[in-house]
Amino acid sequence: MSYLPYAVAAWLFIIGLYGVITSRNLVHLCICVSVIQSSSYVLLLAIGYRTGRPAPVYADIPAGTPAVDPVVQALMLTDVVVEVTVMALLLALAVQVHKRLGTLDPDRLRKLRG
Amino acid sequence: MTRPIRTLFFFVSAALLALAFWLSYSDLAPLGRNTSAYGDLVNSITVPQRHITDAVTAVNFDIRGFDTLGEEFILFASVLGVVLLMRRRSDDPMGDHEDKARGRIVPYPSDAVRVTALLLLSPMVLFGLYIVSHGQLTPGGGFQGGVVLSTAPLLFYLASTYPQFRAVTPPRLIEAAEAVGASAYIFIGGVCMALGGQFLENVLPLGKTGTLVSGGTVALIDLGVGLEVSAGFVLMMLVYLEELMEAKEQ
Amino acid sequence: MPVAIPLIAAALLAALSKAISQAASLIIAIAATLGAMGACVLLAGASRSESIVYWFGGWRPHAGVALGISFVIDPLGAGMAGFAGILTLAALAFSAKYFDTAENHLHALILAFLAAMCGFTLTGDMFNLFVFFELMSAAAFALCAHKTEDPGSLQGALNFAVTNTIGAYFILTGIALLYARIGALNMAQIGQTLGREHPNKLVFVAFAFVVCGYLIKGALVPFHFWLADAHAVAPTPICVLFSGVMVELGLYAVFRVYWAVFDPVFHIHIAGLRALFLSVGALTAVLAGVMCYSQRNIKRLLAYSTISHMGLMTIGAGLFDPVALSGAAIYVLGHGLVKAALFLCSGILLHRFGTVDELELHGVGKPLKWTAAVFVLGGIALAGTPFSGISAGDASLHSAAEHLGYHWVRWISLFAGTMTSAAVLRVAGRVFWGWGPARERASGAAPKSDEKRETQSGHKTIPSSMFLPAAVLLLAGLFLGMMPALPQSTLKAAAQFTNSSAYDARVLGGVSIAIPGPAMPETNVTFSLIAVGLAILIPAAQLFSRQARVLSKAIGPAMKWLHALHSGHVGDYVAFLTFGVAVFALACVFILQ
Repeated sequence: MSYLPYAVAAWLFIIGLYGVITSRNLVHLCICVSVIQSSSYVLLLAIGYRTGRPAPVYADIPAGTPAVDPVVQALMLTDVVVEVTVMALLLALAVQVHKRLGTLDPDRLRKLRG
Repeated sequence: MTRPIRTLFFFVSAALLALAFWLSYSDLAPLGRNTSAYGDLVNSITVPQRHITDAVTAVNFDIRGFDTLGEEFILFASVLGVVLLMRRRSDDPMGDHEDKARGRIVPYPSDAVRVTALLLLSPMVLFGLYIVSHGQLTPGGGFQGGVVLSTAPLLFYLASTYPQFRAVTPPRLIEAAEAVGASAYIFIGGVCMALGGQFLENVLPLGKTGTLVSGGTVALIDLGVGLEVSAGFVLMMLVYLEELMEAKEQ
Repeated sequence: MPVAIPLIAAALLAALSKAISQAASLIIAIAATLGAMGACVLLAGASRSESIVYWFGGWRPHAGVALGISFVIDPLGAGMAGFAGILTLAALAFSAKYFDTAENHLHALILAFLAAMCGFTLTGDMFNLFVFFELMSAAAFALCAHKTEDPGSLQGALNFAVTNTIGAYFILTGIALLYARIGALNMAQIGQTLGREHPNKLVFVAFAFVVCGYLIKGALVPFHFWLADAHAVAPTPICVLFSGVMVELGLYAVFRVYWAVFDPVFHIHIAGLRALFLSVGALTAVLAGVMCYSQRNIKRLLAYSTISHMGLMTIGAGLFDPVALSGAAIYVLGHGLVKAALFLCSGILLHRFGTVDELELHGVGKPLKWTAAVFVLGGIALAGTPFSGISAGDASLHSAAEHLGYHWVRWISLFAGTMTSAAVLRVAGRVFWGWGPARERASGAAPKSDEKRETQSGHKTIPSSMFLPAAVLLLAGLFLGMMPALPQSTLKAAAQFTNSSAYDARVLGGVSIAIPGPAMPETNVTFSLIAVGLAILIPAAQLFSRQARVLSKAIGPAMKWLHALHSGHVGDYVAFLTFGVAVFALACVFILQ
């Protein structure tokens, strides 16, 4: 149990890479990239967790109580925004590829070789 | 490379990568036992020094506010990029890739959908504004609230047709709003410098902990970011939907 | 400050995009770029004796724990940022007449890209580095795919985006692992904390992940596949920015992170690290040099030459020595200027004739006398003419390598410089003078790729806004080595960059330690002349002699296999990427123990 989140993060990363490499559909490929991104969230949050401590919101707990690490959560929020924006760009590219070539299969994209 | 070779190659690499991960984990403390002087320090100073009860927002918008500026501009640049990518070109292929089955007529939304969507519209806007403005008090903030706010026009789209949606959210206004939100962040930072501090230093009056007006610049930055994020998402939605419409109208 | 100005201008342009004309938007963009450049130059000058540390939000370190984000401005970083500004200016000037249908969004994105590059070079915080890396990447993806009607450009941008995003997440994983161990994000603080402890496997793996992520951006083998695709399809002014500075920034990040964070703890493993980086650099230089020579598409050829030169720069910086680093820095400047000029020339060709395929352009370039001159000079400069930026960089690099006992560096550098230069000269011969056969029968040549026009109609004359930037940049690159103060000041800057204990002390404690200046290397004119001579001989042989063509037919099958490897399929690229990262990480753990 104690190392499970880290293992999950590594697993997500690797399975995301597998998805990207063997993908047959560009949209599927973008989602796999998003899986890789999720692995970093899991890792960050697992690193920040402290056993038995509350969330770092002092609205109802007295100020100064030791709490879970807020820096990591802030980093994660930044990461989510980064992920969303990269996803938007990748999906826009996928849409345009479909529009121009009629296919979403990476195996059929043969314009750039050598 | 052919597919089977690539997959095999990957399995070898993945095994090595997993080994690397495992080796690095062997030096990590188990879940819940990591320590960080940075995190503990932040937790102890957010309330006394900045009157902010949500430590995560304090880190995001105050202590590491410059990161968030960069992040906001990532969103800005990406929305700009999506608009650039999806723009109409003069040599667009006509009549080719339709987004619906041939001969199908897309029906006007049913009454049930319209009522539900329109009913949820105002609570959504209110909820979004609540999250944006309470960023420094409870979990939330500009980004989160901005996303919620941006779903309100989407609900409107669900309840109506695309031309009506576009009439309600004119692209020029949305673009301008997004740019205003983005520049507001820098502007606030500049104001802080003018008032004698460093860039983005929190020099405004800090207010009473736990009320809406607390945390100084954080509250203002939250509003700016909320504006930018919601405008950015609405703009992206507009651009994507327009892409669909090109196909449908043929 | 250099970051804020372009960003504000970008936001302004986006807001007013429909309201103002293209000319006005260009003026605003140029003004913003000049402003940023001015700020960088000032900063570079001011930070010469000691780095300037600027804490954002006024959050100073509290009992040794760095709270806020810091900008640590030193001459090397500010110099890189200023150089980015110069290239952006050239790109903007070129694009004045180049894009017939550009909207003002393009300028806003370019400004955002510039802002990201400035922030990237000046920051002193690991996560801030990542954020600016992502901003740079996001702007780059959109700019790369600008020509949406060309499906090749979409594929190139897709490959670019997927590989670089995966690289970014390797970086983030590395940062997370380091944070778990050290509990800090500020580079100086991590460095100090690490220096007190014994390195363990986590630190090695985190180092590997972070370095690999940045090396993906820096396009070193085996992460280099995306660059050729991206350059082949991006609009020419954007290629200028990519080749000239974006890729170099990947390398910059690796070494900034190394010197600020990992040096205290990896110092005893320097021999192993040198071996690692030198092998990567050498492999890149050689492989890309070979690929470069066999290309038909001019822009792809230039892209491979960038990769090859990046390999040389990695060797330079990977010697982990201030003299070599200063050589690499001068090399970056010289190479960037020359490469930018070459790309602009290819843009002129595209503008005028609608293609950048070498064989299609056979002989049509005859009327373009001045462009030919710039192109040929640029090609020769790549091999390192005496007094040019590249040869000045080479000189420092080689002397440091000899000093440390790596005598083979000189020959790799010769090979790479010669191959890339020969390729460009061959193109020049074919295009501008119609030499050589009109149809290439060697089976080892790269397959044809078509590149759509970037401008609407075939123009009869070349506008001066296109030609001038190319000429100016080339002249600067050719004579960079003659600037008297340059080698000395770069040496001092490199010494400042590599002195990690001074860095940590300055950032965390505000203390500045005097940094000793290393000795000056001597320049070697004969070496560069040999390189130039070879560079002229090789393409002449190919274009004119039959025996040479028979020879190239013989190595055809090997080349064909090499080309097939660069398939354009994103899955292949990511497979290589995974392999590279895994091997590098395990190498770090086992070799450096």
